[in-house]
Amino acid sequence: MTGPTFWCQVKEIARKDLLIEGRAGEALFITIPFGAVALMLIPLAIGTDKPLLAQVGPGMFLAVALLFGMLVAFRQTAADTPPQRELLTLLGTDPAAQFVGRMASSTLLLLIFEAVLAPVTLILYNPGRIPGWPWLLLVMFLLALGLALVGTLAGSVTAGLRTRNTLTPLLVAPLSMPLLLASAQVVEALREEASILLWITLLATMNLAIAVIGVLTARPLEESSR
Amino acid sequence: MGEISREATGPNADHHDLHFPAVTEGTPIAELSGVGVRFGRMPILRGVDLTIDPGEVVGVVGPNGSGKSTLLRILATLLKPTEGSASILGAHIGSNGVLAARSGIALLGHHPGLWGELTLEENLTFVARMAGAPTDGVATALDQVGLGGAKLRRADHSSHGMQRRVEFARALLTKPQLLLLDEAHAGLDRAAQMLVNVTVSDVRRRQGAVVLVSHEPDRMLPLVDRTYHLEGGSLLPNGPTS
Repeated sequence: MTGPTFWCQVKEIARKDLLIEGRAGEALFITIPFGAVALMLIPLAIGTDKPLLAQVGPGMFLAVALLFGMLVAFRQTAADTPPQRELLTLLGTDPAAQFVGRMASSTLLLLIFEAVLAPVTLILYNPGRIPGWPWLLLVMFLLALGLALVGTLAGSVTAGLRTRNTLTPLLVAPLSMPLLLASAQVVEALREEASILLWITLLATMNLAIAVIGVLTARPLEESSR
Repeated sequence: MGEISREATGPNADHHDLHFPAVTEGTPIAELSGVGVRFGRMPILRGVDLTIDPGEVVGVVGPNGSGKSTLLRILATLLKPTEGSASILGAHIGSNGVLAARSGIALLGHHPGLWGELTLEENLTFVARMAGAPTDGVATALDQVGLGGAKLRRADHSSHGMQRRVEFARALLTKPQLLLLDEAHAGLDRAAQMLVNVTVSDVRRRQGAVVLVSHEPDRMLPLVDRTYHLEGGSLLPNGPTS
């Protein structure tokens, strides 16, 4: 007799998380609109210096995506209470499947977030045509995936701690910096028509490393959170 | 809300394909030997010896803070004893075998492990899928606990009593071999208290075992084969109840 497979568990966890987020609306109806508003406020602060706005536009997009993306990644609706965690344990849920499922749902929400921010950036900042711009779609995906991975890992580390709300951003912020740095460098390299391989490799490698760490530490972290 | 069904057997009762560990004949469901638990320097349990055989229903009585919930958490493999050894469904706590044994254990505690934004039906469907149980048993389980008419109600819009009923529906759905009930009758109205009897009978009929803990023994005593008294972290037998 066999239980559900790893990927079935991943699918069910992600499905549950998205259903909960759809009903609670913490990310979709609060964080994402607020992020878009933040992006609108910056041109008001800078003024009508159009060349400057065009220059800083992609960077502002990345900064807002990172700051508000962190809130999406460790949203309260993605945090299980102790009885819920115990239930998942007693159902025989693989903690690694929980990690991957939660990461998948966060990635989807972050992609939606970026899809909302991108047109706002284009309209308000008018950054002009960046050579090789389709590569930015890959960067957006890798950034969303990276933020989701970092947020989910931080959520696993702080699960069950009373200081979760304070500790999680402190863990996520430094881990996210390489993501911001590499993404910004890709934009810069595309503008200068230089090679982006190094920065794309850095983004992908960092994502892979966090994914491996998250999967390998999922069970010990789950056991220690009780 | 409909009447609670006394019939504990659903359509999948006799051919459930859950991934329970195989407990060989003669193996106790749970065996604790010299188990002690300390939180820091404070001893919570000391020298607990307990063997629970298939088909047995054991009651543990004790005042608040006597270590009842800690004992249940050990039996649920959620807590590793600091002293002694514990074997649940044939797996020693601390060994890898526990991971498989856990899917044969259900713990119904003070706080129902429901996701508030999901409906009662969605909560049970999620549990069924994660446990590898057939999802067509969800409707039956909800009917059995008298919640067939409230299946589309969100868990956070349901009363505590309804949430407790869902926990019993979960136990009827996943058919555990070891059912652990922490203050089983708390938060249930008189009609719903029948659920405790139904669920305990269901597990006993399948040669599983049940442990009930309570600080109010009166309602528990008619259900159990033997009782223990837990006080100051020590478990003392009270003997058979019948």
